[in-house]
Amino acid sequence: MPDEFLVRAALAGVGVALVAGPLGCFVVWRRLAYFGDTMAHSALLGVAFGLALGISTQIGVLVVALTVAVLLAVLERLRTIPSDTLLGILSHSALSIGLVAVGFMAWLRVDLLAYLFGDVLSVSWTDVATVLAGGAGVLAILAWLWRDLVAATVSPDLAAAEGVNVLRSRVAFTLLMAVVIAIAMKIVGVLLITSLLIIPAATARRFVGSPEAMAVVAALAGAVAVLAGLAFSLVADTPSGPSIVVAALALFMLSLVPLPMLAGRR
Amino acid sequence: MCNIITLRKRRTSGHMRVRVRGPGMARSAAVDGCDGMRNAVATGVDERGRGPDAAGGVRAVSPVLVEARELGIRRGDRWLLRKVDLAVRAGEIVTVIGPNGGGKTTLLKALLGLIAADEGRVERDAGLVVGYVPQRLQLEWTMPLSVDRLMTLTGRPSADAVDEALRSTGAAHLKERAVQALSGGELQRVLLARALARRPGLLVLDEPVQGVDFTGEAELYGLIGEVRDRTGCGVLLVSHDLHVVMAATDRVICLDGGVQCSGRPREIAADPALVRLFGPRSAEAKLAVYAHDHHHDHHHHDGSAHDHAHPHDDPPDAHGTHEHAAHDHAAHDHGIRPGRPGAPPPARGA
Repeated sequence: MPDEFLVRAALAGVGVALVAGPLGCFVVWRRLAYFGDTMAHSALLGVAFGLALGISTQIGVLVVALTVAVLLAVLERLRTIPSDTLLGILSHSALSIGLVAVGFMAWLRVDLLAYLFGDVLSVSWTDVATVLAGGAGVLAILAWLWRDLVAATVSPDLAAAEGVNVLRSRVAFTLLMAVVIAIAMKIVGVLLITSLLIIPAATARRFVGSPEAMAVVAALAGAVAVLAGLAFSLVADTPSGPSIVVAALALFMLSLVPLPMLAGRR
Repeated sequence: MCNIITLRKRRTSGHMRVRVRGPGMARSAAVDGCDGMRNAVATGVDERGRGPDAAGGVRAVSPVLVEARELGIRRGDRWLLRKVDLAVRAGEIVTVIGPNGGGKTTLLKALLGLIAADEGRVERDAGLVVGYVPQRLQLEWTMPLSVDRLMTLTGRPSADAVDEALRSTGAAHLKERAVQALSGGELQRVLLARALARRPGLLVLDEPVQGVDFTGEAELYGLIGEVRDRTGCGVLLVSHDLHVVMAATDRVICLDGGVQCSGRPREIAADPALVRLFGPRSAEAKLAVYAHDHHHDHHHHDGSAHDHAHPHDDPPDAHGTHEHAAHDHAAHDHGIRPGRPGAPPPARGA
C-alpha cells in the first residue's frame, strides 16, 4: 500500500492531465501556447488577490485569468500592437505584478516556489476533490462543445457561415483554460502549466488521424507523464512539477523516434 | 459584435411552390397571385430578360434566401462596399465578378453574417441551410483531419450523403486522405463536396475553381448547375476569372466598391460599365461563357420556354418541384433602380 500522499498526488496529477490533454490540443491547433502562458502567469496575481481578500486562491486565479483574457481580446481589437508583443507585455507584467503583490503581503508566509513550480506531493484531499470536480466539469463542457470547437478551429469563417456559434465556443474555450489553470496550478505551478497542455498534445499528433483520437492520446500521454514524473521525483528526490514536465518531454522525444509502421502517415 | 441581420419567417400561401431541400426537411414558399404573374412573364418577357424591363412590372416569386439592402461595409475610414443591393433567390445562380479589392469576398462575408453591416442591412431566410465553399482552407499540420472527418465538420450528413457528395465532385478516392495532403484542385473538390453533403438551401462559393485545371473547371461549373437544377438551391458564386462565367448563371454582378452593372452574362458583356472596369478585353471576349453540357436549354426566345423540368434522368424523389418561370426576371432589378450611381441599364442587342 503506497503512502496516502502519493495516492492523492497521483489522483490529482492524473486528473489534471486527463483534462489538460484534450484542451491542450486546441492550444496546439490554434497556436495559443503563448496565450496559455500569459493566462497562466497571471494566475500568480490571482493567488495574491485570493490571499489578500481571504477567499480561495483558485477563485482569485479564475477571475484574474479571465480578466487578462478579456483584456487581451479588447487590446487585440485595437490592432495597433502585434498580438505576440501584446502577449509578451501582458505575460511578464502579470507575473511580475503577482510577485510584487505577494511581496507586499509580508504578513503572509507564502511558499512562492510551490505556486511557481507546483507542489503536487502536498495536495490535500480537498485539493484532489477540487481537481476531480473541476476536471469533470471541464471535460463535460469540452465534450458538449467539441464539434463546434473543432469546426471553429479548422475554419472560423466556414463554421460561422454554416451556423456554428463561433463566439460561444471561443468564450467557452477561454473559460475552460482559466479553470484548468486554476486546478493545475497546485500540480505543476503557473510557470509550467502550459507544458502540460502542449507537450502531451504534441506527443499525440504523430500517432493519430483525427482530432478526437488526438485528444484521447494526449490525455493518456499526459497521465503517463504525471505518473512517471512522480515516480522519478520520489526516487531521485527532485522537485515534482519539473519532474513531470521532464517526463512529458521524454515521452515527446520518444514519439519522434522513426517507426516503420508509421512511415508514410501524416 | 452586433450583426445587423434580421431573420425572417416566410409566410406560405397560394400555390406556386418552390421547394428547397435541406437536411431532413422540405421548406415551401409561395407567393400570391402568381397565375397572373406567370402569364405576364410568359408573354411579355422571355427567359433571358429581353422583353420589357422586368423589374418594372414583374415581381420575382422564388423566395429570397439572402438579401442585402443598401449594404455598406467600412474598414476604418474607407468604404469597402457602399450601397449594395443584392438578392439571391431559391433556384437562382448569381455570380459576382470584379477586380481584386473590389469587395467580392467582403460582400460574401457580409451576406453570410461573418461581418456586420456598417450601413444598410442584410437579411437571411430563417432556417436557411448554407453550404459554404471558402476560397482556401489553411490547415496546420498539427490538426489531424481526414477528408472523411472534414465532411462532417459542421453537420452530420449520413455516410451515404457523404459518399454521394464526394462521388459527385469526383473526390470519392480522396476520402481517407489527410486534408493537408490534398492538392489545390483536390481540396476544392472536397470542399465543394462537403458543402453539398449538407444539402444546402444556399450554396456559397468563393472562387470555387481555384487551382482546378480547365477540364475540371468546366466539370465543377457543370456540377454546380446540376445541383441547382436538382435541388432548387440558390447559388452565390464569386468568380476569380472576369472572362469566364458559367452559362447557367442567371445574373452576373460586377462589383467594384458597389454594384457597377448587373444582368445576364451575355448582356452585361457589352455593358460600358464592364468595359470601364475591366478594360476593352472584356468586351472583346464578351465574357467567355461556359456552356455547361447539361441538358436544358437556356437560349429560348419564344417566351414559353421556362421549362426546367428534367424528364430524363432525375429520380422523382430527388427532384424538387421547381418553377423557374418568374425569378429570372429579377435579373435587372438592382441595375436599373433610378438614382443609383454606377448602375446603368444593361446594354442590349449590340
